[in-house]
Amino acid sequence: MTSIADRIAGPPLAAEADAIARDAAPARSLPAISFPVGGERELRLDLFRGLALWLIFIDHLPPNLLTWFTIRNYGFSDATEIFIFISGYTAAFVYGRAMLESGFVIATARILRRVWQIYVAHVFLFTIFLAEISYVATSFENPLYTEEMGIMDFLKQPDVTIVQALLLRFRPVNMDVLPLYIVLMLFLPVILGLMRWKADIALALSVVLYALTWEYDWYLSAYPNGYWAFNPLAWQLLFVFGAWCALGGAKRMSRILASRITLGISFAYLFAAFLVTLTWYIPQLNHLMPRRLEQWMYPIDKTDLDVLRFAHFLALAAITVRFLPRDWPGLKSPWLKPLILCGQHSLEIFCLGVFLAFAGHFVLAEISGGAALHFVISISGILIMCAVAWIISWYKHSADKSASRTKSTAGNADLAGGG
Amino acid sequence: MNSGAILGLMLLAGLLTAAPARAEDAPARTGDAPAHAENAPQSCEVPDYLLATESALPKVADAAKSGHALDILVIGSRSSTLNTSEGIAWPGRLQAVLREKLPTIAVNVSVELRVKKTAEEAANGFIKLMEGKKPTLVVWQTGTVDAVRSVDPEDFRSAVDEGVAALQNAGADVILMNLQYSPRTETMISAPPYLDNMRVVAQQHDVPLFDRFAIMRQWNEQGDFDLFTAFHGIELAKRVHDCLGRALAKFIIDAAHLGPAQ
Repeated sequence: MTSIADRIAGPPLAAEADAIARDAAPARSLPAISFPVGGERELRLDLFRGLALWLIFIDHLPPNLLTWFTIRNYGFSDATEIFIFISGYTAAFVYGRAMLESGFVIATARILRRVWQIYVAHVFLFTIFLAEISYVATSFENPLYTEEMGIMDFLKQPDVTIVQALLLRFRPVNMDVLPLYIVLMLFLPVILGLMRWKADIALALSVVLYALTWEYDWYLSAYPNGYWAFNPLAWQLLFVFGAWCALGGAKRMSRILASRITLGISFAYLFAAFLVTLTWYIPQLNHLMPRRLEQWMYPIDKTDLDVLRFAHFLALAAITVRFLPRDWPGLKSPWLKPLILCGQHSLEIFCLGVFLAFAGHFVLAEISGGAALHFVISISGILIMCAVAWIISWYKHSADKSASRTKSTAGNADLAGGG
Repeated sequence: MNSGAILGLMLLAGLLTAAPARAEDAPARTGDAPAHAENAPQSCEVPDYLLATESALPKVADAAKSGHALDILVIGSRSSTLNTSEGIAWPGRLQAVLREKLPTIAVNVSVELRVKKTAEEAANGFIKLMEGKKPTLVVWQTGTVDAVRSVDPEDFRSAVDEGVAALQNAGADVILMNLQYSPRTETMISAPPYLDNMRVVAQQHDVPLFDRFAIMRQWNEQGDFDLFTAFHGIELAKRVHDCLGRALAKFIIDAAHLGPAQ
């Protein structure tokens, strides 16, 4: 396994690194957009995106032993933040370069092609969801849950429901991330255009939009009623911030990131958030929480990316960047390879994760196997995700090699992937 | 199927043996709970912290002290009832248990169903309803319909907020009851925003929140009830409602400090 994986990842990565290094030289002459020095593929991004995918999968399953390893139990933010930030970072990195090399129109065209791919993936997932919910509707009869079965009412109007799903307005639970990503990617050309002009203004505009969204309670409506579970008007902040970091912001912040004060604040904040989350899981501690603080703080809004969540993510990121250097040798270790591979094919693996979570629910419902089965399902899900990531990467680098040799130097969608 | 029936009988036996014992220790409840869990693992024991609340029920306490009748009004949606005869769903069980535990007080539980109504729709008629009934305590069970229809959580919160205010203004104590734990529909219904917002409203108005969701999840995890599997008869539903009625009775007695010691 190791040798094959190395064979896959080794040479193309080196080639890509060369290509990026070559591109980086002219890029640095432009003040507005610059690429990280050395321009080597950021394995840290792949690693953490892979991790986010695993965590999202585990969070989508019913709670079990592994759920205790997901970060949402230890603070305010969860895997979604990591995912959207890294997606913004990589998308800006790849398409920003395309914009620099080939111009606005070509880059936009390539972004739109990516948007289409994500859209198709979303529709595919919706089909699976329909199959699952139809099965439950016909097989589940429990007098205890008559009321909850009201969720099946939409099956009475499949025509409306399916059209609304195609319009991204009907989105079942756990299928909210892809629509968010589609909208964010749609606006990427504008974001990149602005960044190219003045990166800081683009970021400032993003903050303003975020603030206005909170002030005036803007949201996107959904079908049959309600709202988008991830409000793109708020979550764009994370995406744009990722893009800003990719296009030189990270380098400019390196001084701040290296300071002890930042580190101290980050640790203090993470610790405070940990204490707060502790009161959620050990309700006996609840009386220790100051009432004032509770009233000011709750609810911590995921839909609109609460500032507390955003800050929590920033603190996590600051500490990660500090203690996990870009050239950490462990990134090349075979143990982390599965994670990195998953992160490199994020759209496919994300979809697979959602599907596996559905399938896991199904198995758990059919066989009441208790905690042990639960654990087995979680682990097999992760193993399947790794295996598929490895197969995809094999297709890309070996099976399709002759076909793709000519275009492999261009920034590939798998680097910009995510969903 | 056979093993299910045997399990059911065992559960029932467990309940019967555990119930009197539990009534006895109710006042000195702090240390004894774990021992109980061992004796009767299938009883539907609820950990103390899930039934603890800082909010009080002053009107209920007054009524009990002055010997007035305790009129409880349950406003609920479909999950406050079962399809079968009266008295089996949790409001009926609540009345039975309260009458048993508070023999000196006349307890009446009445139910107003608001089937397929969101919190906002249900709250519309509160003022009129309260004028007619004048209960001491209202148990408002809500949230499920809102979650099923994915009503905007902000709207949900203000609806619950206004509803609780209307009930309080009409002179009643209020208990909020949140959603059921329903693992089978977890991939389809997103409960957390509604649970969070009910908690917030309960805190703002200083009313006790009966955390039905956490309690049922606890039972599912402890193995008292398997709420996940697809096919169940009415038996499981009956037992769950009986346990909910008991837990709520204990919750009310504790929150109003009506324990035999007082």
